[in-house]
Amino acid sequence: MVRILYFAKLREDLGKSAEELELPGDVATVAALRSHLMARGGAWAAALAQGKALRVAVNHDMADATTPIKPGDEVAFFPPVTGG
Amino acid sequence: MPTIRIQTDDFDAGAEVARLRAGNPRVGAVASFVGVCRDVNDGDAVATMTLEHYPGMTEKALAKIVDEAMARWKVMDVTVVHRVGEMKPTDQIVIVVVAGAHRGEAFAACEFIMDYLKTRAPFWKKEATVDGARWVDARVTDDDAAARWTTPGKNAA
Repeated sequence: MVRILYFAKLREDLGKSAEELELPGDVATVAALRSHLMARGGAWAAALAQGKALRVAVNHDMADATTPIKPGDEVAFFPPVTGG
Repeated sequence: MPTIRIQTDDFDAGAEVARLRAGNPRVGAVASFVGVCRDVNDGDAVATMTLEHYPGMTEKALAKIVDEAMARWKVMDVTVVHRVGEMKPTDQIVIVVVAGAHRGEAFAACEFIMDYLKTRAPFWKKEATVDGARWVDARVTDDDAAARWTTPGKNAA
């Protein structure tokens, strides 16, 4: 299982702030997880589409498409940050 | 020992500055920055602003930024306080205070921390305007500001 979190506009677009997901065997990177979630279609396909400005963190560290993920990880998807 | 706090309550900027140098005769310079909520953004009146963050990651990201600043410049201590929740124009949002022996290092470290905070710390602003609520877009100029410190920024672009 991985824990997936969604923040800000992405959370609103998806109507979900968190979920637990059993990782399919072929999903071992951030990019693969994003594709897996997009395959749900609808808001998921639209909000996570390639070209959308999206940032990802794995276990609280900024990550990129190639960052590996494994069971037990916490993965967060969110828009570019706007604090300060 | 750096202080990093995320809180909904307002902070006392003067008290934060005083605390950072209290009883330390080696401090010759204290640089501080206070970010404030404005009543206009992108040409529209802003009534209130709500800041969301990623509990757990926020503290870790800020600690990493402060550690990097303290490794790059000879500064003695740093305080970062960032508010979350609802704020209105004129409210304080964030304060960064850096104490060091000399102003050059204190100024540089303070600006570096703010530039990195803007592009790497997981905060998001939502504004309430007369046309309804909207999420604030990240600015490429903030990436440019962070890139001045040699590490390319890639938050907004």
